[in-house]
Amino acid sequence: MESTKILDVKGMPCPMPIVRTKKAMDKLVTGDILEVHVTDKGALSDMPAWANASGHTIVEQTEISSVITFFIKKA
Amino acid sequence: MTVNKMTAAEVARKVIENKALFILDVRNNDAFEDWKIEGHRFEYLNIPYFDLLDGIEDILPILPTDKDILVVCAKEGSSLMVAEMISEAGRDVFYLEGGMKSWSSYLEPIKVGDLTGSGELYQFVRLGKGCLSYMVVSDGEAAIIDAVRFTDVFTKFAEEKNVKIKHIFDTHLHADHISGGRQIAEATGATYYLSPKDAEEVVFKYTPLEDGLNVKVGASEIVVGAFYSPGHTIGSTSFIIDSAYLLTGDILFIDSIGRPDLAGLAQDWVGDLRETLYRRYRELEEDLIVLPAHFMIIDELNENGTVAKRLGDLFMENHGLNIDSEIEFRQTVTDNLPPQPNAYEQIRQVNMGKITPNHDEQTEMEIGPNRCAIR
Repeated sequence: MESTKILDVKGMPCPMPIVRTKKAMDKLVTGDILEVHVTDKGALSDMPAWANASGHTIVEQTEISSVITFFIKKA
Repeated sequence: MTVNKMTAAEVARKVIENKALFILDVRNNDAFEDWKIEGHRFEYLNIPYFDLLDGIEDILPILPTDKDILVVCAKEGSSLMVAEMISEAGRDVFYLEGGMKSWSSYLEPIKVGDLTGSGELYQFVRLGKGCLSYMVVSDGEAAIIDAVRFTDVFTKFAEEKNVKIKHIFDTHLHADHISGGRQIAEATGATYYLSPKDAEEVVFKYTPLEDGLNVKVGASEIVVGAFYSPGHTIGSTSFIIDSAYLLTGDILFIDSIGRPDLAGLAQDWVGDLRETLYRRYRELEEDLIVLPAHFMIIDELNENGTVAKRLGDLFMENHGLNIDSEIEFRQTVTDNLPPQPNAYEQIRQVNMGKITPNHDEQTEMEIGPNRCAIR
């Protein structure tokens, strides 16, 4: 999937993945897609909950050898 | 204002001493609804940390000024971040060291009572998970029942009491938490007993726990007697200690009864559960004090923090002991069962010795409430 920007937060513990994702998202415009690479397992529940609360859409999610990748479309 | 750390041990004292506390839980709503720190006089506000990234001004007016505020999250990081924001706004605030992970792990030893001679009985209350373990101490020796996996808590306690751990029992093969029994036995040379009926797939050596087995602890006459009481599992065994205490495992709790389905055989074992609760236990002395392997709700704690109640009182008050119709009983314990404990199938595998997860994986498996009961 094509993304507008890639954010690498691998190795960062909670809450940094969401903090960084939010900051990166604030700089994008509606319809842009942010690709986030994260290893903190907490992101599996927190990222969808955060996206849902802020109106963004997770359009794709994969997990390959403990790296979780989210493609998030900005609202 | 300052950000202060509060340990799980300090939170436990507040639960047991009925102190007030305001908990700002910053995990997401599902996690909070599923499982939280329970206290008689605790108040709660659940706002996920990611809803507070733009500032905490909105919640400042609803934070109380007359009691401690504790920010809680899964591991610690988010609670520290939110606590720092609250502190910068000029308020005193605590965060929970190690988060819900450390809360799930914390054990508080509380004395239940004195036994014959100089003997003592201790209950180890794992408040975060609702697990209860026991240690009988007498004349330089100790027996442990249903040890959880934090083995050093038991070995250190035995050292402090200057006793040698001789016997270790599990009332059944647990499905909600990882047993520490085998590890303590290996470390101390104690005998580890398990019911052969629960241990068919177990891959390590153990000593068979049979109905009627009596073990003496110390030189005095404190007898720990095994009493076969199937129903939660087919091998479930209760213990009568010093003719005064009845350890019921996961068969009978203070305000609920055991569920028969965690090994996948609800229909087969419901008859055993009925037989144990309505006939086998009825033949025992009503003055025995029931000590279960779990509590589910904070109301089951006594004023001193123990979980214990007279058997005769449970016959009167426990709903699960007062279902006259066998058909209704069967329906109650096989239909509409609550969700199973987190990772219960994996936990059973660990307790059989079939898989050996590392420390972090074990912590992850045990997250959440125990869910062993039917109310």
